Parts: sequence; C-alpha cells; structure tokens
Amino acid sequence: MTSVKSGAQPNVLAEPPVLWSFFQQTAAIAEVELKKIFRDPTEVLARAVQPVLWLVVFGVVFSRVQGIPTGNVSYLAFMAPGILAQSVLFAAIFYGIAIVWERDLGIVHKLLVSPAHRASFVFGKAISAGFRGATQAVVIYLAVLALGVQVHWAPLSLLGVLFGVMLGSAIFATFSLIIACLVKSRERFMGIGQLMTMPMFFASNAIYPLEIMPRWLQILATVNPLTYLVDALRGLMIVQAETLHSPLVNFTILGVVFLGLSWIAAALYPSLVH
Amino acid sequence: MATSENPAISTVSAEESSGDSYAIETFNLTRRFGEMTAVDHANLRISHGAIFGLLGPNGAGKSTTIKMLTTLLPPTSGTANVAGYDVVKSSTQVRRRIGYVPQILSADGSLTGYENLKLSAQLYGIARAVRKQLIEEALRFMGLQDSARKLVKFYSGGMIRRLEVAQAMLHRPSVLVLDEPTVGLDPIARQTVWERLLELRQDFQMTVLLTTHAMEEADTLCGTLAIMHLGKVAAVGKPQELKDSVGDGATLNDVFSYYSGGQLQEQGDYRDVRQIRRTAKRLG
Repeated sequence: MTSVKSGAQPNVLAEPPVLWSFFQQTAAIAEVELKKIFRDPTEVLARAVQPVLWLVVFGVVFSRVQGIPTGNVSYLAFMAPGILAQSVLFAAIFYGIAIVWERDLGIVHKLLVSPAHRASFVFGKAISAGFRGATQAVVIYLAVLALGVQVHWAPLSLLGVLFGVMLGSAIFATFSLIIACLVKSRERFMGIGQLMTMPMFFASNAIYPLEIMPRWLQILATVNPLTYLVDALRGLMIVQAETLHSPLVNFTILGVVFLGLSWIAAALYPSLVH
Repeated sequence: MATSENPAISTVSAEESSGDSYAIETFNLTRRFGEMTAVDHANLRISHGAIFGLLGPNGAGKSTTIKMLTTLLPPTSGTANVAGYDVVKSSTQVRRRIGYVPQILSADGSLTGYENLKLSAQLYGIARAVRKQLIEEALRFMGLQDSARKLVKFYSGGMIRRLEVAQAMLHRPSVLVLDEPTVGLDPIARQTVWERLLELRQDFQMTVLLTTHAMEEADTLCGTLAIMHLGKVAAVGKPQELKDSVGDGATLNDVFSYYSGGQLQEQGDYRDVRQIRRTAKRLG
C-alpha cells in the first residue's frame, strides 16, 4: 500500500499566539456544531412549536384578563419577549445532554487529548447554542407579527435582540454543561433539567412583572439571569415597554454571568473523562 | 534515568533504544479512586520506536494508566514522561506530541470522514497551507479516500477505526496511544490496522503503545509486553521471553494466566459491557 511520507509537515510544535489559536479552535468547534444543526434541523424546528403555543393560546387568552399590570403595553406585547427568553432557556438547558452523549462515545476524550484550550470547547458550544437560539427569535418575530404586536424594527433594536438571544443561549447552555459535568449520566441529567426549567421560568418576569410577586419570589427573580434577559429583550423589542434596567446594564450583568459560568465549565470539563 | 524498583522490568529497555532516553517512562505512577487503587506504583519504560502492548484482565489498571499517560487523568502520586515531557507539569507539550485512539469507536458519526479530520487538524493547530494535503494523504494512507465525503455513521467498524488512526497521526505525533484498537473488528479489518501501525512506526519512527485482550495481537504486533494485574506491573518482556519465563512450550495465554492469577475474563464489568454493546449497536 501507499506510504504517507511526503513534503507536507504539520509543524504543530511551533506555538502560535494564544489568543489567535484560541479563536481558531473555538471557531472549529462552533463550525462543527452548526454543521450538525443544518444537517438535521428537526430538533431546532420542533422547539419552535412550544413558544408559538404559549403566545397564540396562553397569551391571547390571558390578554382578556385585565388583572396583570403591564404598563403602557398589552399583555401579549408584555409577554412576547418573556416567551422568547423562555424558548431560549428551554432550547439551551438540555444542551448538556449532548456532552454526556459525546462523553459516552469517547468524543470528549479525543478532544481533551488535543492541545486545544479547554475553554475553547466551552465557548464553541456556547456560540453554537447562540445560533440555535437565534432561530427561536425568528419564529417569535413571525408570531408577534401575525398577532399584531408593536415591535421595534430599527436595525439596532433587532441586532440588540439577536445579541441578547445569543448571550442568553450561551449562558443557559454553559450552565447545562456544568450540570452535565457534575452528573455525567443522561438519566440524571434529564431529571435535573426538567426540575430546573419551570422554576426558572416562573421565578422570572417573563409572564408577570416583579411588582406583583410575593417578596420571596422577587428575591429569587432578582438572582435569576432569565429576569435580566427578559428585561433586556423587552426594552429592545417592544414599543413603549417599561423596563427595570437599561439594555446596557442588563447585558453587562449577563456578560459577567456568562464569563463566570464559562470559567467554571472549563475547569470542570476535564473531569468528564475521569 | 531513574531506575525501576520492580525487578521484572529490567528486561524492557533492550528493544530499539535510540540514545539514553525513553519515549515513555513512568515513575511510581499511582492513581486511587477513593479506597480503590487502580494503578499502584507502576514503573514502565518504553523505548523510541517500540510497539508496546499493555495486557491484563479487566480492572487491572490498563485504561487508567492510558488516561494518565494521555493527560486525561492526573496521577494521585508519581508521574510520567511522555515524548520528553512530564504529563503533569507540561501536559500541553505532551498533548502536542501524542496521538490517541480511544477504546470505543469515537469518530463523530454526524460528520463526514473529511470533516472529522479537519476538526482534528484545526484543534492541533495545523496550518491551513498544509491542512488539505495532510488530510488527503492520511485518507489515502488509511484507504478512505473514496469514503471521505460520506457521513461516518454509514462507515463500517473497520473504516471508523482507520479514520481514527488517520485522525491520531495527522499531526505526526511521536507517540501513538491506542486503547484496544482492534476490539470488535473482523480479521481483515484488524490485519489492516496492524499493517498501518507497522508502517507508521517505519515511516515516522512513531512509538506505539496499545492495550489489548487479543493474545494474537500481543504476540505478532508487539515487540514488548507488560502484564498488569491489580494495578501493578506484574511482568515485562518480549513475548518470547515471557513465554520462556513461564515454562517450556508455554503460550501467551499461559503467561497471561500465570501473571494475572486466572483465566482471561470473559464478562468484564458492567461499564465495559455497556460500551461494547453500544459500539456493536453503532456498527449495526
């Protein structure tokens, strides 16, 4: 058979600048994940059904109840960004299950034996989760358009929403990764994932404002990153909506949360194969 | 070089040693999991260019040893040099210089063969200028050029294993580590993997470390063997030396039984069985 001797040399021992190689490795991981989504978009499309139901059924019905104070906007307009944030949360929170699967297949072993930066595995996954989240935003915008909700169409607002959705997805996917590193089994992961989604959703300002919550729930909502995501999206998306903080404050808080979670996830990632 | 405390190891260094240092050398390498000591003061020396086989019953500590040598698992105590670097202190340097084929068939089924190789190339920092050429050479070398654009989930078990060897050699490691490389493969696929490993050793002076349960593989492919039992290195030597040490006309099976105190285990633990079943399922 053929011999592999040739002129081409991989020369991997030359050390490239750390940031540049980190960027390349992150991009490589994200690229692979995106390819998988495009090849089999079934899951991403199926995930879009639930938020549409929330808006079209729950939202429309609860719009007739006048008991929830939503400021200048209709209840439907108030909850639309909340449902977008919810769909981002639900789509990203089970992301870790793929890691458990990849661990059982030995893919994680192979990645960890490579000299790539540990954090690039986490960032690559977070970026691809961001793109999955972006598909949810498209669906929600189509739904609110059909329902006649007044949204900002300025390019900067749309970009802000896109950024928020991607950052939110990255946060919850990284959180999911941390749980996966801790439990290491699909069965346990499913249990814990189910256990967390609804409490996080209800302990937020997604479908009702903070001011009507009992005190204990307000405290929980204040430490829940979903609240800041909803608030940012609400301000950027809905015409005349009232918000708790400016988008900049919300994004700063979310950014800090993301970096903190990434740091933990990158530290825990190698323990997947112990 | 530190001398080994285990007298059984004195026979190791003979084969194809180039100079005075080893491709792999462990110093009282130890790993505990709670009360259980998976690897217990293991001392191994593997010469440059050797094909070295690690044998032992399930639970003997082979996989844990491999994990420590490939930097996946930090040792509890002791350490090891792999490709000239300490696995604990210079793990990134070790990673640049080793290639690894895990026990389970682990190429990504939802990507094509080419894409699997491209990901490896990117993670190992292979320059874009030579990437394509190296990938195509590796595909040709492993006989996969016609299936490069097919999704790996449609590959046979033998093809996946060949792809994984292609991935592991892409960056021209000086040490190639394979965890049970031919388990579950048919005889022809197994033969192909053996031939390629021998050629890689020939062409690039790669050192090959593999674990195996197959006595034929140990006998024909490996120049030197170490038998592990209960986390300890029970014996080291060339296959013939080990056979002679047990008695006249002894087979490698006899050697195995002698040093590991029993027959080849058939069942394995639950996790092994689960993994083998999953692999079998993937292969259809």
